Amino acid sequence: MPARGYHLSKDELGADILEVAMGPHHPSTHGVFRMDLKLDGETVVDLKPIFGYLHRNHEKLAEDIPYLGCMPFTDRLDYLCGMTNNWAFALSAEQLIEIEIPERAQYIRVICAELTRLINHCLLVGFFINDLGALGTPLLYALREREKILDLFETLSGARMMVNYMRFGGVRCDLPDGWLQECERIVGRFPAFLDEYETLLKDNEIVITRSQNVGVLTQEEATNFSITGPMLRASGVNYDIRKVDKYGIYDRFDFKVPIGAHGDCYDRFMVRMLEMRESIKILKQAIADIPEGPIMGNEPRVFKPDPQETYGRIESPKGELGFYLIADGTTNPYRYKVRPPSFVNLTALRHMCIGHKVADAVIILGSIDIVLGEVDR
Amino acid sequence: MNNFIDYKLIELGQWTVGLFNDYPVVQILVHLLLATLPLTLVFMGAFGFSTWLERKGLARIQNRLGPNRVGIFGLLQPLADGIKMLLKEDIVPDRSDKLFHFLAPVMLMVPAFIAVGFLPLGDGLMALPMDSAILFFFAVGSLNTIAVFMAGWSSRNKYSLLGGMRAVAQMISYEIPLVLSAVAVIMFSGSLNAQEIVASQQIQSWLASGNLVKEFFGQILGWHIFKPWGFAGFIFFFVAALAEANRSPFDLPEADSEIIAGHLTEYSGFKYAIFFMAEYISAFAIAGIATTLFLGGWSGPVIAGLPWFIIKMFSLFAVMIWIRGTLPRLRVDQLMGYAWKFLLPLAILNIFVAGFYYFAEQQFGSLAAFIGGWVIGFGILQTAAKGLSRLNKSPTLDGKRVYQLVE
Repeated sequence: MPARGYHLSKDELGADILEVAMGPHHPSTHGVFRMDLKLDGETVVDLKPIFGYLHRNHEKLAEDIPYLGCMPFTDRLDYLCGMTNNWAFALSAEQLIEIEIPERAQYIRVICAELTRLINHCLLVGFFINDLGALGTPLLYALREREKILDLFETLSGARMMVNYMRFGGVRCDLPDGWLQECERIVGRFPAFLDEYETLLKDNEIVITRSQNVGVLTQEEATNFSITGPMLRASGVNYDIRKVDKYGIYDRFDFKVPIGAHGDCYDRFMVRMLEMRESIKILKQAIADIPEGPIMGNEPRVFKPDPQETYGRIESPKGELGFYLIADGTTNPYRYKVRPPSFVNLTALRHMCIGHKVADAVIILGSIDIVLGEVDR
Repeated sequence: MNNFIDYKLIELGQWTVGLFNDYPVVQILVHLLLATLPLTLVFMGAFGFSTWLERKGLARIQNRLGPNRVGIFGLLQPLADGIKMLLKEDIVPDRSDKLFHFLAPVMLMVPAFIAVGFLPLGDGLMALPMDSAILFFFAVGSLNTIAVFMAGWSSRNKYSLLGGMRAVAQMISYEIPLVLSAVAVIMFSGSLNAQEIVASQQIQSWLASGNLVKEFFGQILGWHIFKPWGFAGFIFFFVAALAEANRSPFDLPEADSEIIAGHLTEYSGFKYAIFFMAEYISAFAIAGIATTLFLGGWSGPVIAGLPWFIIKMFSLFAVMIWIRGTLPRLRVDQLMGYAWKFLLPLAILNIFVAGFYYFAEQQFGSLAAFIGGWVIGFGILQTAAKGLSRLNKSPTLDGKRVYQLVE
């Protein structure tokens, strides 16, 4: 006799299937995300992702304000990576008006974007291990490092997360005195932190048994789900928009793309660890090469692009972040569409989770790296 | 005369009981009260202190400060927590099984305190002196499975139910290696009496020799942990004890990142505090019994007795905190596999090693048995452990991986 209050259905053998609504208020759904799980004992037999709890009318809102006015909104998309969101939007709007971006601004953009990648990846790894049940120790180490980079952003833009820093044709303000030296110091010390982190986690028996061959996504599946970013590369596809599009000045830097072979949670975690090391390489080169000069091209604040469509994309820390804009000759975009990487990557969740345990569903979700601000918009 | 603290405490007790010589009925009550009240109060105090210790220790591991507002070093934080817990509303889910929802924390707390009663805190300091104390300890200790499942079932919450199911599976599985690794000690000591087990870990001839150096080492070198089977047994026992006490990395019943708080999800206010207390007291109890079985109980140089017991118990508890701050959690199937496929066979093998060690000691003297035991006995155990881990290795895991870096 099932207890009152449980919604039970039967599987083909007549055994009870337990439906659990995991979320929207749950410690490890990374925000207000909900997974409706159907469980046979502890095994996930079905999963339905439900989101939209954080819907803020982001895309429609942009249609009523000038292009530049949309810039602060993009910070709120993936609130951990304000800089890359800014850049992606600036990149696609710059395609509308075709303006030159000064050298120095290009370098500043690269530095900010790679710092953002460091923030995002070290936090993701921390949260991932937290989902594995490590009570936050690695997470707090990650937060300690993130704090240093956030301080950099604060001195640069006045805000720690909602930076609103990039502009069409450049960046909002020049680097303050001593900022580059401070940045160099922090970047120089980051590898030591990564070594510490890796010794703590990489060969840990429990991390390996928990995450290897859990949530496998093959190369073919990953491309069919149009997964992007570290998750795609963990499945063994060599596709990094920094290499493919060479947007900004990424063709000038010497860096490599880490590729996983198995496409499981462990690969996703390790690809991110390795990407941080590559980001440090880029940062060191950029800091060494950055020239003096102007930081803004001279374009008007409010402009009326010719009617046209454009799609600009960058490699955000989570994957391909694209902005699709339709201009109709007015000061406002006619249509403003975001292609959020974590939303698209989330589509593979059900596929990856079925057949695994509840505990695995949690870490698979963690390894996707979602931010609900971006998923729900 | 180095267990003087224990003797003074016993004298104090006898003196207090002696005051009521004219009233035999009152005397019995006083006697009972003397056995239980200090124990309850001391362990409640230890619980308060250990919550502080755990929060502070975890905070330092995690690069934080931990509680530092209430009292010096935040030492009064447990008091503040207690007051907060008392004043909080006690929320009972509408459709819960109210009686069992109420009974579950009580059911968990009572066996925990009874279990503490079987600990030999010092020479003659034992609240429930009993010849089969160890057996009773494990019998009482296994009751908490029922309480946890009661909490899980009666809450009418799916997370609680999952937590309860996990708890039953986990606690029943780990009970077996836990008891089996204790069996080796019981066999060697030839007694279920906790005091005799402690006495078997003291080298009695050295203690009686009157030589200060010999007395000093006689209190240490006999500990079972220094014997090969004792060392292995201690590790098995401690791992199983972590699972019994729901401590990380075996805290699956209350896995916060998966099932919120498991069986505790629907508990609030003082009932939650009682749950918490019961879990800490069980953790103490199990650390205390590990101390008794493997670490020589209250024996130790200079101030043998209560102080040494407390030091050892808290050290084991500190190791639990350390592990909690360091390791991720196992998955439920891996947890079961670890108990049945790894710990259980090794614990059984360990009984045989202990048996042979005992035999060798009778035949060839303790030094030869000691050296032979470490070389042969521990070698066998180690080989078995390696073989088992190879046998149990999942074919889907490849351990260390090499990653390609491409242009």
